[in-house]
Amino acid sequence: MSQSANILELEQVDLVLSQKLLLEKISLQLQPGEILTVIGPNGAGKTTLVRVALGLLPATSGRVYRQAGITVGYMPQRLHIDPTFPLTVKRFLSMTGKPQQSRIRQSLEEVGAAHVLNSPLQTLSGGEMQRVLLAHALLRNPHLLVLDEPVQGVDVHGQIELYQLIAGIRDQHRCAILMVSHDLHLVMAATDRVLCLNRHICCSGSPEAVTSDPAYLELFGPQAVGNLAIYTHDRDHRHSSCADCKEGNHAR
Amino acid sequence: MLADFLLRALLGGIGVALVAGPFGSFVVWRRLAYFGDTLAHSALLGVAFGFLLHINLTLGILVIGQLLAILLFFGQRQKQLASDTLLGIFSHGALSLGLVCLAFMEDVRVDLLAYLFGDILAIGTEDLIWIFCGGGLALAGLFWLWKPLLAITVHEDLARVEGIPVDRVNWSFLGLIALTVAVMMKVVGLLLVTSLLIIPAATARRFAGTPEGMALLASLIGCLAVCAGLYGSYQWDTPAGPSIVVASCTLFAGSLLVPQSAT
Repeated sequence: MSQSANILELEQVDLVLSQKLLLEKISLQLQPGEILTVIGPNGAGKTTLVRVALGLLPATSGRVYRQAGITVGYMPQRLHIDPTFPLTVKRFLSMTGKPQQSRIRQSLEEVGAAHVLNSPLQTLSGGEMQRVLLAHALLRNPHLLVLDEPVQGVDVHGQIELYQLIAGIRDQHRCAILMVSHDLHLVMAATDRVLCLNRHICCSGSPEAVTSDPAYLELFGPQAVGNLAIYTHDRDHRHSSCADCKEGNHAR
Repeated sequence: MLADFLLRALLGGIGVALVAGPFGSFVVWRRLAYFGDTLAHSALLGVAFGFLLHINLTLGILVIGQLLAILLFFGQRQKQLASDTLLGIFSHGALSLGLVCLAFMEDVRVDLLAYLFGDILAIGTEDLIWIFCGGGLALAGLFWLWKPLLAITVHEDLARVEGIPVDRVNWSFLGLIALTVAVMMKVVGLLLVTSLLIIPAATARRFAGTPEGMALLASLIGCLAVCAGLYGSYQWDTPAGPSIVVASCTLFAGSLLVPQSAT
């Protein structure tokens, strides 16, 4: 693979924290305009992987490469804003750089949250907060958008909307998106590739390929079966990268 | 005509209140109350240190406070102990160590009450210089750090991804708080320093729509509390430092009765 084509690349990344192996031999590539979703059970290291990719945590070994000079938009899982902190959405969105008021309004409209412009951050609902965080990330005109559980705390209807919004953002802004989700079903419609994580990579590939992978079914059990109704796929297909992962999963 | 000592007390108190407003706001937003307490409790150790080296006592307090801030900065990076446990150890450890050290210095007699609760009526010209120069420096530093500090208060990782040197900003901020606490000592004493940081800021919260508004309002409310407290102290011959704190508590309680103008 040519390095210059990838906006983000991890190569054989291990992460050890307090003598615990949290990530093992993670390799991934993300190209401009591509959506990659990391799925996995609780404690699989999804957020940790995102933090390593963003450079917030140094990898113990392996290589993390982000294209030089790119702007990264980051949407954290949640904000803990103290109730005593008087901060409106408008002010929050003005905090990075010096965006013009019209840009702020425009980005809020884009994520469908124009009505909260003057609301204090603490009064937002789960869905409104996620949209505002997304608008905040977009204001930086990012080449790479990193979304940690973007639909967390949102009802199913809102989740579908948000995933559509995210897919639309990719088309509009032509940015690459690295997204974390523990939802297995709705996210599949919004992503180009899926990476199934359980400390190591269990399997990866297109949504169709991953949902039919034995390692995926093994990891998520009956929960995963719902996908079978949504996606038709070739049962015999096996992603090449998955040949050894099942063993790896059981070895530890 | 105001007596000289009262005028100096008023000036010193107002100077301290002006500095305490913005710092207190951050202390409230970032839940650093216990941290401020810990710094304040190290003041007696600073006094002992000052006597030992024959340097200005406020300077001694400042040096020990800075050292403690550095220690805490690193201490909070370990994950073995919860940060309030760690602060509790340092806080009471420093206070007790200070008292023990002072007891060892046989030729030193200090007015313990003055250090615990402040001695605003005994403020001298030198103290005023400390308050206005030290406080001014702390405010200038805070002004410089204002925007990145707000971003860090919202979300540390988000700030980091956006290129803010989070550790450097946090580090400088802790140093500035230590400076603030050192200059506030004379007015309210080490046991009450945090109250003058927190109470005016908490009172201002209900009426502020922006961070800057809250910081400014907290300063004004602090000034009001100083004036009211000094007046009360003069009128009824009550201890000045605690009177100021009682006045700010009264203002806080009163503010709860006023309908909220902004959320």
